[in-house]
Amino acid sequence: MLNKQELTDIITGLIPETEFPEGTQLLEVIVPAEKYFSLVEKLKSDQKLSFNYLISQTAVDFLSHMTVVCHLESVEFRHLIVVKVLLTDRENPTIDSLTALYPAAEYFEREIFDLFGIRFNNHPNLKRLFLEDDYGYPLRKDFRDEINIIER
Amino acid sequence: MSEEIIKDVIVGENEDYIINMGPQHPSTHGVLRLEVCLKGETVKYLIPHIGYIHRGIEKMCEADTYQQLIHLTDRMDYLSAHMNNEAVCLCVEDALQVEIPERVKYIRTILDELNRIASHQLWWCAFGMDLGALTSFFYGLRDREHILDIFEESFGSRLLHSFVMPGGLMHDVHPNFQKRTKEFIKYFRKKLPEYDQLLTGNIIFQNRAKGIGYMSRETAIGYGVTGPSGRGSNFACDVRKIAPYGAYDKVQFNEILGTGGDTFARYQVRMAEMWESMNIIEQLIDNIPEGDYTAKMKPIIKLPAGEYFRRVETARGELAVYVVSDGNKSPYRMKFRTPNFSNLFVLNTLASGHKIADLIAISGSLDLVIPDIDR
Repeated sequence: MLNKQELTDIITGLIPETEFPEGTQLLEVIVPAEKYFSLVEKLKSDQKLSFNYLISQTAVDFLSHMTVVCHLESVEFRHLIVVKVLLTDRENPTIDSLTALYPAAEYFEREIFDLFGIRFNNHPNLKRLFLEDDYGYPLRKDFRDEINIIER
Repeated sequence: MSEEIIKDVIVGENEDYIINMGPQHPSTHGVLRLEVCLKGETVKYLIPHIGYIHRGIEKMCEADTYQQLIHLTDRMDYLSAHMNNEAVCLCVEDALQVEIPERVKYIRTILDELNRIASHQLWWCAFGMDLGALTSFFYGLRDREHILDIFEESFGSRLLHSFVMPGGLMHDVHPNFQKRTKEFIKYFRKKLPEYDQLLTGNIIFQNRAKGIGYMSRETAIGYGVTGPSGRGSNFACDVRKIAPYGAYDKVQFNEILGTGGDTFARYQVRMAEMWESMNIIEQLIDNIPEGDYTAKMKPIIKLPAGEYFRRVETARGELAVYVVSDGNKSPYRMKFRTPNFSNLFVLNTLASGHKIADLIAISGSLDLVIPDIDR
């Protein structure tokens, strides 16, 4: 199991454009959207890192931007990392899909698409998972449903 | 994909046909629809359709305080309600850096394991019934009733107890709790071998379970299949061992790993886990320290701005809670990574190439709880 500093050094060597925010509970890495897929690919295939288990993948809406958050773990070494991508375009947010690396990502990404409206490039079957096609994206902070949600 | 299927059927280019299993099929244990493509009696592939009981728990959490949203987490995986509560509480305690009393840790761990036994008992009886063994249903429910009585005495409810609160417990356990739990362990140690006599050694059952629905270790890791289903494929994913919480670092127990990867291996892992859970309870029940049942908490809980991530092992696998707080009394965003969500979508890989009757056995061995998938 590598500690936070060792992981930081290895990842900076792999992709220099990464940022590491201070004072977080787990090790976090922020990566530009165009480097996202290649970073995760390297995190998975690197012998020392081998992040082969995608625990969860989700998104957060901050109104100014949206963040896609992936929690990855290595089954062999048991270290954890949080990969984050900031998407500033809220009208048409797009990001690469991780389905080619982790089969679990297929349905995590469909859920994100359903609830946040983030599109995934190269996704085999990007359709809504829970809701109807014209429902809107309920987990966005500017979502309004006057019939079913009472504002307090 | 479904448009292509419809075209195939209308044009009649091949002999495949589609049947809908569900949404109200007895073997799905909830409202799950499986669109199964068959060639003869063999499953070619299947597509799960979910969302029939999607309640938007993550959205509702954004409007609730942390004490209120505990009650919503019960309704995800209703058979491991206690572990769901604990996951949120651990997150809150992490964020506020509250040191919870030792007594609370012990009681929480005992309740976790009692809940796990109750859940595995219900799985066992339902699994037997899925395969046509009705007797197992009566045996399982008979013994589960003893646990539910213990729960009812202490919490006032049998299934959705919401007993764990941020900082500790809702109130102290009933004075009879220790005595009745010990009685139950003594009773169930005699009854659990009956389960093996009834089902495990049965040749009809073995023929239906062995070699059916093989899942390799790589598949389990790739799809994120955790809990007993993942451990049946030799994937060491027990959060109690990886990141101990509660009193799990004070007890000796083995992580049960199966190597077969088939339906029978998953069955054996769950049976062995019931023995292991009883071992854990026995190590703790006589040593519950005296003390408060809760740490001192403010009536309004506000988490410091930041992000918190905690995992627990429920009866079905790894539940992870991810909280984003902006310093208010409600979370800004709450994500539940539920075990069944990941466990369901491996079903296509496992069932392809098997007969449709085996699909029931495979989905039964994954132990799906549908409200946990839909949330």
